[in-house]
Amino acid sequence: MKDLIDTDRDHTWLRAAMAVAVLAVDPAAVGGLWIRARSGPVRDRLLSALQAALPQMRRMPPNIGDDHLFGGVDLSATLSSGRLVRRTGLLGGEPALLLIPMAERLPPALAARLSQALDAGAGHALIGLDEGVDADESLPHSLGDRLGIHLDLDGLGQSDCAVLEPVSVGLARQRLKDVSVPEHAIPTLVTVALKLGIDSPRAVVFALRAARALAALDGRTSVDEDDLVGATELVLAPRATQIPLDDTAEPDLDDTNPEPPQDNADPEEADSGEDIQRLPEEVLLAAAKAVLPADLLARLAAQKAPRKAANHAGAGAKRKGNRRGRPLPSRAGRLDGQSRIDLVATLRAAAPWQKIRRTLTPDAPQRVLVRAEDLRLRRFEERSDRLLIFTVDASGSAAFARLAEAKGAVELLLAEAYARRDHVALVAFRGEQAQLLLPPTRSLVQTKRRLGALPGGGGTPLASGLKSALELAQQCSSRGMTPTVALLTDGRANIALDGSADRNAAAEDASAMARAMRAQATPAVVIDTGTRPQTQLRGLAEDLGAPYLPLPRADSHRLSAAVGAALEP
Amino acid sequence: MTHPFPFSAIVGQDEMKQAMILTAIDPGIGGVLVFGDRGTGKSTSVRALAALLPRIVAVEGCPCNSATVDAVPDWAEGVGETQIEKPTPVIDLPLGATEDRVVGALDIERALTRGEKAFEPGLLARANRGYLYIDEVNLLEDHIVDLLLDVAVSGENVIEREGLSIRHPARFVLVGSGNPEEGELRPQLLDRFGLSVEVTSPDNIEDRIEVIRRRDAYEMDYDTFMDHWRGEDAHLRKRILAGREALRNIETPDDTLRDCAQLCIELGADGLRGELTLLRAARAVAAFAGASAVTRDHLRQIAPSALRHRLRRDPLDEAGSTARVLRAVERVLG
Repeated sequence: MKDLIDTDRDHTWLRAAMAVAVLAVDPAAVGGLWIRARSGPVRDRLLSALQAALPQMRRMPPNIGDDHLFGGVDLSATLSSGRLVRRTGLLGGEPALLLIPMAERLPPALAARLSQALDAGAGHALIGLDEGVDADESLPHSLGDRLGIHLDLDGLGQSDCAVLEPVSVGLARQRLKDVSVPEHAIPTLVTVALKLGIDSPRAVVFALRAARALAALDGRTSVDEDDLVGATELVLAPRATQIPLDDTAEPDLDDTNPEPPQDNADPEEADSGEDIQRLPEEVLLAAAKAVLPADLLARLAAQKAPRKAANHAGAGAKRKGNRRGRPLPSRAGRLDGQSRIDLVATLRAAAPWQKIRRTLTPDAPQRVLVRAEDLRLRRFEERSDRLLIFTVDASGSAAFARLAEAKGAVELLLAEAYARRDHVALVAFRGEQAQLLLPPTRSLVQTKRRLGALPGGGGTPLASGLKSALELAQQCSSRGMTPTVALLTDGRANIALDGSADRNAAAEDASAMARAMRAQATPAVVIDTGTRPQTQLRGLAEDLGAPYLPLPRADSHRLSAAVGAALEP
Repeated sequence: MTHPFPFSAIVGQDEMKQAMILTAIDPGIGGVLVFGDRGTGKSTSVRALAALLPRIVAVEGCPCNSATVDAVPDWAEGVGETQIEKPTPVIDLPLGATEDRVVGALDIERALTRGEKAFEPGLLARANRGYLYIDEVNLLEDHIVDLLLDVAVSGENVIEREGLSIRHPARFVLVGSGNPEEGELRPQLLDRFGLSVEVTSPDNIEDRIEVIRRRDAYEMDYDTFMDHWRGEDAHLRKRILAGREALRNIETPDDTLRDCAQLCIELGADGLRGELTLLRAARAVAAFAGASAVTRDHLRQIAPSALRHRLRRDPLDEAGSTARVLRAVERVLG
């Protein structure tokens, strides 16, 4: 077993080496590289190899202004020279290769503009350094889709990674445009992509280009099977959304092993035979399977999770920005293409200095001498999005009818959220622990899908449900939302936080968790879905500092009305 | 300079291509909303459309593409007297765009360096008489959405800020694209789009292989590829021009009007915009097809695109809007 893991690691690092080489040959052809790794010696080693192979690589500071990236007016130069000075951004002119640190924090708007820059075909390429911890924290997927090669260095230790020697790619670059692709390569790659559940045609295009680069690196002018295998490992396998089904019997797979040498020996046959055309596909699939990430399913769930729309105004807490909302006093700052200037305040700031500046620069053509430090930017106060976290008891005691009503209420509230611009999330607890069924979303499509699949039955891990809700609330308020927790339960907690079936411990844990939530100032509402109101649950509501609504006979409409009423300030 | 991927070389996605062509024949239909998965050719088709569209005649240097010298707004500077041909503008509205960039603003540099009050036109001016393309429109910030709605309705951009008081025409076809899994669009904005289409990756393997083949040929063997498809594009352009010409002579029988109304009543679509768009789009379909009058076939062909985004959302209906429209079409048109 240990041997197996070691070879896995070796393999990952081999792929990393291959990725660096492919990128070095033609960065723009594969769009770029998405590296998922925590910062550390392994990543440093890869980055230094990249830097050596691609000296044109530049680091993009996370706080880069739009004018630096896409070009714009150089205000400081304009002011000092008295005439309009424009600057070309990093992505404005020559093909650029940018390294994006902390790519998981990239705002969706910037990611969209970077995607546009990549799509424009100006020969740019990006390397995204994604340090996301959880599967749901990652580079925006619209941009990730446009970066050809995906690498995950998770689990690699320094000892697994030999220092990468620089490869000379000059010859390969020259050879690249002469590399031909055999007839069967495209159908094979398309079939493999289909079997791996990859929808985007971009993936196959990137795989094809990677295969060309690999062939060129190897000194050949035609793509062979090894190149396709390599391209599959680099480009297709990391994008897999399903584990390919084994529709062929095992012996068939064994047969493929002696076959490839024959392919190479007799290329004519390789193109003609239907039988042989089928074979590389299996080799490719086997290769892809070998490098499929172990946590594929968890990742898929995260990938489907909705992205928060950028800065929607909502009914939530206040937040300071410089774009819109109620005006606040302006503040000194630098124009970055995003913020708005407060002209009057800027002139006011410049006014006292006019005499001094005029004596200093008597020949200046400007009527008003404004320096960059006079600039004042507008600031506005806006309200952030409200997030409603439904924490639903799906245990056996909560009864299935209640679950159906809770589902109905969530759907109704979501429909209303259109008007209120609210987000909705869904945490369900049953059996041993709670589960985040639906990350914050406004998407009806997603909600219906997840709700439909929510099963019921098992114990009542109330404390665990509250804990999940609290964690989600903290996470989302750090992203600028204002969360409210709606707890729907019958209150008979019987599973403690550690998973043991102890009624007393369970009640204590639940109450402790409720107090923690109150300490975090997360507003909540408790809805008793039991057939008779529970005194225990009333106590829990007090711990939470939340209104308590006993709803012995509630249908989803009444439930929705009650929650709506409890949330109004 | 390389040209974008040719419009006629896009494999499949017929509904999306039809919608784009119809707006080229009759811009009055309103915008097109394209919702679908990543990598289904949404942005490719918009860029391709820009290259496909017939050129327009505009005054040289006019920031809002005025057709005649008389129509040039008085604030515009550096405008020549001559009319030139130029490509139909297809302007990108990036997600992060500020209000200033969209509607235009005081020219800060000139205000500060020369003390002059001048207007710097924004994206809306540049999109006049053309297309405004918003990728990931469902992630667009609300205040920009509100601005767009207002301008899209009035066809005029009014700027009243920072001591400026300026207006200029801003008539454009709004094209939005997005992925519904990442968030929905506000109903008010949905309604402003004339047509909406849903795109998916082709589900048959031959089509997929063809997609990759053409893309590969476009990149590796650009000249031969473009030579081949330029002809197809020219042919399509000719048909669009012929369609524009034919549009005003298309007859609309009373039965068609009745059918439109009946369909919208059946579906419970809010307001009358549904009927009007359906009718206009059906006329454009007829014009493109070279027919002399609108028939039920034309209605059938365009009804899903014209109506699917105008239905009231029913959270408990699993079938989706397209199925509902198709059912209603079946009942009303037989």
